[in-house]
Amino acid sequence: MEHTVQFAPATGLLSGMWLLVALPAVSAAVLLLLGRRADRWGHWLGCLSVGAAFVLGLLSFFALRGQENRAVQLNLWEFISAGSFRVDFGLLFDPLSAVFVLLITGVGFLIHVYAVGYMEHDEGRRRFFGYFNLFVAAMLVLVLGNNYVMTFLGWEGVGLASYLLISFWYVRPSAATAGKKAFLMNRVGDAAFVIAIFLLFAQLGTVNFDGVANQVHTLSSGVTLMLGLLLLLGATGKSGQFPLTAWLPDAMEGPTPVSALIHAATMVTGGVYLIARSNFIFTANSTLQLVVVSVGALTLLIGAIIGCAKDDIKRVLAWSTVSQIGYMFLGVGLGGAAYALAIVHLLAHGFFKAGLFLGAGSVMHGMRDQVDIRRFGGLWKYMKITWVTFGLAWLAIIGLPPLSGFFSKEPIIVAAFERKDWTAWLFGIAALLGAGLTAFYMTRLFMLTFHGPKRWTDDIEHPHESPPIMTIPLVLLAVGSVAAGGLMVGPVPKWLTPVLGHEVRGEAVLAHSAITILAIAVTLIGAGLAYLLFRDGTATAPQPAGALVTAARKNLYIDAFNEAVFEKPGIFLTRALVFLDGKGIDGAVNGIAASVGGGSGRLRRLQTGFVRSYAMSMLTGALLVVAAFLAVQYGWFA
Amino acid sequence: MTLTPEWYLLLAAALFTIGAVGVLIRRNAIVLFMCVELMLNAANLALVTFSRINGTLDGQIIAFFVMVVAAAEVVVGLAIIMSIFRTRRSASVDDSNLLKY
Amino acid sequence: MNFPFLSVLTVAPLVGAVVVALLPRTRPALAKQVALGWSVAVLALSVAMWIAYQAGGDRFQFRESYPWIPNWGVRFTFAADGIALVMLMLIAVLMPLVILASWHDAERGKRNVPVYFALLLALQSTMFGVFAAADVFLFYVFFEVMLVPMYFLIGSYGGGKRQYAAVKFFLYSLVGGLFMLAAVIGLWVLGGHTFDWQALVDANFSTGAERWLFLGFFAAFAIKAPFFPFHTWLPDAGGAAPAGAAAILVGVLDKVGTFGILRYCLPLFPEASRYFAPLALTLAVIGIIYAALLAVGQNDLKRLVSYTSIAHFGFIGVGIFAFTTQAGTGAVLYMVNHGLATGLLFLVVGMFVARRNSALVSDFGGAGKLLPLLAGVLLFAGLASLALPGTAPFVSEFLVLLGSFTVNKTVAVIATSGIILAAGYVLWMIQRTTQGTVNPALASNEGMRHDMSLREKVVVAPLIALIVLLGFYPKPVTDVINPAVKATMADVGASDPAPAAGTTEAAR
Repeated sequence: MEHTVQFAPATGLLSGMWLLVALPAVSAAVLLLLGRRADRWGHWLGCLSVGAAFVLGLLSFFALRGQENRAVQLNLWEFISAGSFRVDFGLLFDPLSAVFVLLITGVGFLIHVYAVGYMEHDEGRRRFFGYFNLFVAAMLVLVLGNNYVMTFLGWEGVGLASYLLISFWYVRPSAATAGKKAFLMNRVGDAAFVIAIFLLFAQLGTVNFDGVANQVHTLSSGVTLMLGLLLLLGATGKSGQFPLTAWLPDAMEGPTPVSALIHAATMVTGGVYLIARSNFIFTANSTLQLVVVSVGALTLLIGAIIGCAKDDIKRVLAWSTVSQIGYMFLGVGLGGAAYALAIVHLLAHGFFKAGLFLGAGSVMHGMRDQVDIRRFGGLWKYMKITWVTFGLAWLAIIGLPPLSGFFSKEPIIVAAFERKDWTAWLFGIAALLGAGLTAFYMTRLFMLTFHGPKRWTDDIEHPHESPPIMTIPLVLLAVGSVAAGGLMVGPVPKWLTPVLGHEVRGEAVLAHSAITILAIAVTLIGAGLAYLLFRDGTATAPQPAGALVTAARKNLYIDAFNEAVFEKPGIFLTRALVFLDGKGIDGAVNGIAASVGGGSGRLRRLQTGFVRSYAMSMLTGALLVVAAFLAVQYGWFA
Repeated sequence: MTLTPEWYLLLAAALFTIGAVGVLIRRNAIVLFMCVELMLNAANLALVTFSRINGTLDGQIIAFFVMVVAAAEVVVGLAIIMSIFRTRRSASVDDSNLLKY
Repeated sequence: MNFPFLSVLTVAPLVGAVVVALLPRTRPALAKQVALGWSVAVLALSVAMWIAYQAGGDRFQFRESYPWIPNWGVRFTFAADGIALVMLMLIAVLMPLVILASWHDAERGKRNVPVYFALLLALQSTMFGVFAAADVFLFYVFFEVMLVPMYFLIGSYGGGKRQYAAVKFFLYSLVGGLFMLAAVIGLWVLGGHTFDWQALVDANFSTGAERWLFLGFFAAFAIKAPFFPFHTWLPDAGGAAPAGAAAILVGVLDKVGTFGILRYCLPLFPEASRYFAPLALTLAVIGIIYAALLAVGQNDLKRLVSYTSIAHFGFIGVGIFAFTTQAGTGAVLYMVNHGLATGLLFLVVGMFVARRNSALVSDFGGAGKLLPLLAGVLLFAGLASLALPGTAPFVSEFLVLLGSFTVNKTVAVIATSGIILAAGYVLWMIQRTTQGTVNPALASNEGMRHDMSLREKVVVAPLIALIVLLGFYPKPVTDVINPAVKATMADVGASDPAPAAGTTEAAR
């Protein structure tokens, strides 16, 4: 590592960056502590705090552009300190943090505004906004921390907020279970993450980003690999990647804006952030990169395949997120220039996925909270704004030029083809296949929802368009979906260069133009196929299907696997241990007590109550004593 | 055959043995009681003898103490025997084993 | 300032206990107010002591010594290091809250109300004594006397199998104490006929004797803490004790075990401590996993919380026997934070139980709909108990695991998996009690119609505030603990390992 990483102390406007976190955090505290007193205005405070954080984020962004050293840190106070270990409650604002802050607060703000309308009739709206603000605050801590412990603080905070929001309607058993599942699977990743932090400290004596970045070259390759794998496991937990993917689709139990927030602006991007932030570790070991790429490729295919078989509008989108995050993992795993591409895709994805989820929410809002796309159809006439914005986001996600998905996804596919050996073909084709599948399931979703014959349930007469407070965010997100990719693909990688390193591109095994044409072709094929199959709607009842579709409907048996391998044996083990503790360990304790008691009971029998037998024993005792004296006196034992 | 102090000791041992055997084989509480007294007096005799052998008065003084304690004990003991006899119409120690277990 | 803080703190609650006990039985309200006022005054005194303590000063401060039994060299010697200080502070903070939380607990069984509060104050006195003692004999006396008020609190005012639980608690602890008594006498004989802590630390023992003496002390502390497999009295006692007493029992009283290991086992028997460390670490790690799994399987809220505590004591044990500054600091901090978090958890569970008249998880279900605020506090307490970052227990758990990882990776990794299980038992409990469809039996229950009263809010608010404050800014406490832990580690003769790789100048 030639260049050393140095963070300048924050000055001027940037020294107020703690407000970025404090604004939503304080708002969350106010909303949750004031209780019903804040019911009337609570949601506006929630929006306002995130909006203000966005404005501050923008100002900070411009202030950072004017800086010589584009990485400024602010150590607020000594957080944890013992012996040689010391971490500060420190924030870091650098190009990478900056784009995340803008995404989180910007898209987050739109989702907040939308939720004002969406949650209007829910009695828990204030609580909802409290959790929402908490979510944003935790995510901001995650991306703004200047050391791994701070990141971890935000990391678990996000986990908490997602738990609260997923099980927001906690009266529903399924929602409560889904929240718990999300938290638990995240905790598995978190445990790996925290062990990675321990390993960093044990090896390097520091957990600050700058300290680690400057010393990472001193680590042996085995340690680096271990470290990377642990961080990766942590990242897969938060981002819903294989093998910790199962919680993400269940997270749909929360209100729809939650899904938008989790999938677009916060939470799932955390894993990508972590790997991008730790790029110095991942770049240092090629085996590690291969693992990351494999995880990404595998997950993008898993997500896409399952997405094709789902009939629940939100679950299709959820699996689509799994798949798209897989692209991002593919990007960060490829390393080099692809780091920045992954971030670009992440930003673009933030726009169109938020648009898709909020659009889905708008559809549900008009359709009495139904989610089954087999029961939609022909909605374009009734909700024009939702239709147009959803359509634009759809075109964006399948990667049709010149919408943003094309600019963000296609370079990743190209980058996959730029790997050194035969793996270029493997991952390149996987990425292409994923693009085709994405086009297929998204087109299917779009066609079944908005076009074709009406297949509504009887209780729906006239679906209505959502109020402006919900449609305005939709429009803004649609604009972003259209334009973001094209606008960002140039400047963002340059902007991120100080953090992620300079662009070094390899030679692709195919010509660049050939890959582009291929990518567009598979997209068109996928979309066309779906159009042909679903333009006339679909059956409203589940159809018999082949092995693959059945498997996809059952989430490729991931849940069944978890249940059979972890849940069932876990429950059995717990029961066995409860039995063992009661009968074994406590049984031993009580057994000792009982044997002492029983022995005493026997001894008690010696007290016969007959005076003369007492006299006999006294005499015997006296004789024994005399005998002992005599024995000692005459040395019989000597 | 001179009357050496050892003879007194032998007498004390014999008295003690008679008392001990009496306690063990007799049932009547009064007889038992008298046997206990016999043992106490055997001990007193031994004490006085040792006092004589050693040429000090310690043993004799202790013998007086023993007598006083024995007298007190007789008072308490007879009272107990009386009250047991009144309630049970029997002075046999084997009949009253209420304090077992 | 030479105010005799420690002896006054030990005696004052005892005087309060006598006063409260003498109040007429017919005026329970007066007894409560006097007890509360007294404990608040003790808290104020403790705060003054905290302020007077110099964090960077001598290891032992506020030293006092009065003759007691000159023939054996027994003295009333009090002194506090940073570890003792934070524990004293914890007692002082918890006691007024427990008294306030137990406001109506004693009335339910038609028991003598003043005596209940007198027992609590007496308990406080003995606990102050046990942490403040700097004379081994005095420590032993307090260690045993402490059992008496707790015995009556469980046996007279508890629920369920209270007699069984009280006797089990008493006898189990007494057996442990017996081992310690033997070791204390051995210490006196071999250590130069003195009970003074400092003199005994300086004394030299033969290796064999040291190991036996260590085991004598360790047996008592392992039962008290409790470590696996000596833990089975705790679920019974915690399940039967009234919630306030349970909070004190698990929150503070059990800490005497881990405190004793830090104060007596490690400095007095450094060689034996190192020799037996693998054994202790094994027990601690087994405890973490084993008790966590058992907690998942419990159907009684109070027993469940007791099992979580056993798991937490496993973490403390790992922290102590890892012999690094980070782990040691973490362990002591854990003792404080666990007192706050589990104390809160017990008190909140008590509030649920008081409403429902049952501690069985299956008797709840969907309680969050009826009691949103109380359910929220339960969730918070649960999250603190699973060491969520942002709550105080995170800092301590993190330090314990971090410190132990630097010296023993296997132990640290297994212990870390305990945090997953912790999430499991907490969330599973939350789900079964407060989430899901409302249990019809609950909806018709009169008690479940009233969410938290002002009294209950006053009870939980300081604990929540402290947990959050120490979660983000633990420095005031760690600054006090750090020097004491460093000194203890120096006594053991352990030093922190240097980073395995990396350049030293960049380590800052």
